[in-house]
Amino acid sequence: MSTLEIRGLKVSVDTEQGAVEILKGVDLTIKSGETHAIMGPNGSGKSTLAYSIAGHPKYTITEGTVTLDGEDVLEMSVDERAKAGLFLAMQYPVEVPGVSVSNFLRTAATALRGEAPKLREWVGEVKSAMESLKMDASFAQRNVNEGFSGGEKKRHEIMQLELLKPKFAILDETDSGLDVDALRIVSEGVVRAKAANNHGILLITHYTRILKYIKPDFVHVFANGRIVEEGGPELADKLEAQGYAEYVTA
Amino acid sequence: MSSLQSNVLENHTPTGREEAWRFTPLKRLGGMHDGSATAVERHSLAVKGALPTGATFSHQEIEAVTQTDDVIVNRVRQFTNKAAVLAIAPNAEIAEPIMLNRTSFGTDSAEFSRVQIKAGNHSKSVVVIENTGDSHLAEDLEIVVEPGAHLTFIALQEWGSKTIHAARHHAVVDRDATFKSIVVTIGGDVVRLLPTVDFIAPGASCDLSGVYFATAGQFFEHRMFVDHKVPNAKSRVNYKGALAGDKAHTVWIGDVFIRAAAEGTDTYELNRNLLLSDGARADSVPNLEIETGEIVGAGHASTTGRFDDEQLFYLMSRGINMDDARRLVVRGFFNEIVSEIGIEEIQERIMARIDGELAKAGK
Repeated sequence: MSTLEIRGLKVSVDTEQGAVEILKGVDLTIKSGETHAIMGPNGSGKSTLAYSIAGHPKYTITEGTVTLDGEDVLEMSVDERAKAGLFLAMQYPVEVPGVSVSNFLRTAATALRGEAPKLREWVGEVKSAMESLKMDASFAQRNVNEGFSGGEKKRHEIMQLELLKPKFAILDETDSGLDVDALRIVSEGVVRAKAANNHGILLITHYTRILKYIKPDFVHVFANGRIVEEGGPELADKLEAQGYAEYVTA
Repeated sequence: MSSLQSNVLENHTPTGREEAWRFTPLKRLGGMHDGSATAVERHSLAVKGALPTGATFSHQEIEAVTQTDDVIVNRVRQFTNKAAVLAIAPNAEIAEPIMLNRTSFGTDSAEFSRVQIKAGNHSKSVVVIENTGDSHLAEDLEIVVEPGAHLTFIALQEWGSKTIHAARHHAVVDRDATFKSIVVTIGGDVVRLLPTVDFIAPGASCDLSGVYFATAGQFFEHRMFVDHKVPNAKSRVNYKGALAGDKAHTVWIGDVFIRAAAEGTDTYELNRNLLLSDGARADSVPNLEIETGEIVGAGHASTTGRFDDEQLFYLMSRGINMDDARRLVVRGFFNEIVSEIGIEEIQERIMARIDGELAKAGK
């Protein structure tokens, strides 16, 4: 059983007008096997929360703590956070020209597992992850995210989730830009990975439609840089019916 | 021919004010340009391994195929008529690469060397020259690609740190022939190469690509000139470079001239540089001069940038440490061109050397 604990997290970014505070004190605790949905309007700071936990250099932590089983995550470099068990599925996965998916995945698995996976078993693992996400075998030879469609990028992210087996998965708007079929395939991948690894999930989304496939245990409404309301799955139904208006005008 | 005339090099001792020499550190050329070098005839270029059927290699007295205004090439020609000649027989299709190499011979004198490579009509071949060790080398290398021939020419500058190498690789490409060159410059003190192409009949094409990696104090210059003077020829230029360390300096000049007669020309040139540290300097100057509007396309692009933080973040967020992430990005950057070499052993060797240069450069 692992615990990811966020306490009083305040985060700012540098702009031409000086530092702007985006997160204004976030408290959140996620345990293994739990699925937390963070829902909120655009610009509320949901993605900033995701990237801050993963350690993106653009964001400055001004106050608060993030710990994973008591270890100080904020002291860790980006790769150390991944090694500690954090995984961020990005909304806009980055193209890395000239680096094949196959080379990238093997390098990542080697780094996270501390040794190179045995070739034969690894090939089988990758093949089965690709097949379950309905990806063509030629995918492995393409360059990372280069020329991928929106759906292919998201499948590639979730394939990594399945292969890299983190303790906590942060899914940043994984549903955005997906059609109904792709949404189902990607969501099934998330559910399958969780069934296999029992990791905690922080699911960041604007819409409720992905929650039909990935059932949240907890729903947090995010507005203006903090959590403004919390509840169970029924809160998502309320948002579906009423939208974010009452939180935005507050 | 107006501004591009400046690419044609003056036939006198350069002062550094000439367009063709304005980036070059003349004092570091070992006197090759001003006649003060101790010129010797050494014929260090040799066949490595066995020569495949269809190819012959010999030393002969020759006439130059082309004129040049490059002062170093002219000094080489005045010094000797004897050249290493590699001939590929007409219609020969040679699958295995023809390997030539030069090895170290010291730096107290300069080898003035002439080379001719002739790809006979409708032949198909790959020629590789490996340059290793520490040398002073002034080289006049002429390449003749006869009608319908396909030649891939790979020049590897894997020199030691004391080498001074000035060379012109001039290709004359005939009707429906294709010339592909891949230049790799990852060693040497001063390396100045002039990959130039003359199209002499319609339907010819060339693909000039290259990679270079300069670390502290190294100067690498690659100066192309593609002369479209006949209709319906096609040229592509793609050079990629990385620089790291104090006073690492690279120069890429891409001159393309589309003369009035060259209707139907299709040309594109690209140079990209990756600056891996402060104190390094990449000069990148594409020049396109067009005398006819009746062309298929003409364009160029040049970019110089640093590591993309988003790429490094993405890789590191998957557990890959900073050094490995940088190595992946740099390998990826060069892979597009290095993978074109098509000889696994050489590709691995080049990539390993690039890893080494990157490690040497530090953070």
